[in-house]
Amino acid sequence: MREQLIHNLRAAYARLWVRVKGGNREPQWLIAEMIIPILTLSAYIYMYKTLEAPPEFTGFVIIGGTMIAFWSNVLWNMSAQFYWEKETGNLEIYFVTPISRMAILLGMALGGIVNTTLRATAIMVAGILVFQVPLVINEPFTALLMFFLTITALYALGMLFASLFLMYGREAWHTANLLQEPVHFLSGSYFPKSLMPDMVQLVASLIPLTFGLDGIRQIVILGKGFSDVWIHLVALTVFIIILLPLAKFALDYMENLGKKEGRLTLRWQ
Amino acid sequence: MKALDQVSISIEQGEIFGLLGPNGAGKTTLIKILSTLLLPTSGEAYVGGFNVVKESNKVRRVISLVSGGETPGYGILSVRENLWFFSQLYGLSSSKAKEEITRLTKDLDLGEYANTRMSKLSTGYKQRLNFARGLLNNPKILFLDEPTLGLDVLTSKKLRGYIVDWAKREMKGTVLLTTHYMAEADEMCDRVAIIDRGKILVCDSPLKLKEDLKENVIMKVEVSSVQADFGFMDKLEGVVGYSQTRSIQTDTTTLKVVVRDEKVFSKITSKLQEQKLKILSESKAEPTLEDVYISLVGRGFEEDAGATSA
Repeated sequence: MREQLIHNLRAAYARLWVRVKGGNREPQWLIAEMIIPILTLSAYIYMYKTLEAPPEFTGFVIIGGTMIAFWSNVLWNMSAQFYWEKETGNLEIYFVTPISRMAILLGMALGGIVNTTLRATAIMVAGILVFQVPLVINEPFTALLMFFLTITALYALGMLFASLFLMYGREAWHTANLLQEPVHFLSGSYFPKSLMPDMVQLVASLIPLTFGLDGIRQIVILGKGFSDVWIHLVALTVFIIILLPLAKFALDYMENLGKKEGRLTLRWQ
Repeated sequence: MKALDQVSISIEQGEIFGLLGPNGAGKTTLIKILSTLLLPTSGEAYVGGFNVVKESNKVRRVISLVSGGETPGYGILSVRENLWFFSQLYGLSSSKAKEEITRLTKDLDLGEYANTRMSKLSTGYKQRLNFARGLLNNPKILFLDEPTLGLDVLTSKKLRGYIVDWAKREMKGTVLLTTHYMAEADEMCDRVAIIDRGKILVCDSPLKLKEDLKENVIMKVEVSSVQADFGFMDKLEGVVGYSQTRSIQTDTTTLKVVVRDEKVFSKITSKLQEQKLKILSESKAEPTLEDVYISLVGRGFEEDAGATSA
């Protein structure tokens, strides 16, 4: 049991290492992944300035742009990852080795978190410095807890998607595309979600990013504390409790189905 | 349509066993079932004494799979980094992983490319890396699925020799090889099973299979024109089977025919002359595994163009 755990942790670390090493080896990637979000959030900030929106909007946009980096990573480097692994022949190798598939997903998730945190921090620091956004953080621990729960819930969702996309071919790519912009919009990445109609807010509450984003904004921009955002923390914890076991169940189910239908290693679908 | 039908084989420890058949014969399906990548619809299979369905994780501890035409790994990582990554999937300690990587890169002539990115390797070196990856965990049972597909002659020879040494001289493990290259099966395998359309047709040592053909006569004849029609041979008594290789460049067709006796062959040459085909050369040939296949199925591998890969 202990030996098996160590073995799986080694595998998870190795997958994390591959992601971090691979993700930072090409400077062009690194620069593009930082510059493009800064350009996008700059466009929103100038638009709000032109419309003479309240100054908090600038901070909202910067936090939104930062957190969107995580969502993009979850979609393209978690959810659709098994599709790429299948095409390159790596998935076949994962499945003939005696490791838990969850170890691979965990490694992918942790590697994604490390890489994206580096990029997101750079985006946030650049945004704050360029646009002179004042941060009002009264409870740093609550801020860190909110960030941790948001990221965990997001990557748990990514693990679930990765499991569901296990058997898919090109559909994985299209589905990831389909999920990108609606989530940007519904989670209120570039504007406060309170501006949206109630029904839309209700739908948006099914996305962990919505709670995380709103919670982080309230803590770091509006200076609010635990008593104001505890419901966000509970919601994110519930997401994690539901999503992680669901991801494991989905992975086992899809693996079994893939083996029955012979689609686990079927390429170029 | 069944990919595999009533397949029953038993492979001894330390044996190099070949599954020989055309594309779509069911070789890859069988190897995927045995390596726990596919579930059989019926029947049972055991690898290293473990049931492939009920004890799949125990099976995975003793096996490894190397497929031809594959480049598992990450192009952005070097040979050494890729091998380190895969070693961790088998739970090797850092010192053991380092030792195995050094040994395998040296044995497979990958040493000078150890720090080269995988994406910059040639096809042959990528497959050497794939072999090194497959041997990292010192598997008791090694599955090789068309391992020399698309490789040049020298690389193929090197890899074949290495595996034979690994299994026989070092007595490290059992090998199940699938291939559609007759010479590869002939050169490497202790025993060969010929598989066609999901069924095992025959299983024995290459030598014995070829010896069993000795009561027949194998003739090779080259005729002018790629459009030669050999359909008449299907109805000709005494013809066991035949295969044809057409060359557009030389506008010739090489016919290999297995006949009961030489008299039948003279009937064939008369028929060819009736078609106004010029016989460029004819010779008697020693039996090969291809001839074994022709004698069993009545056609050569290349006549299976309509079949799909398993």
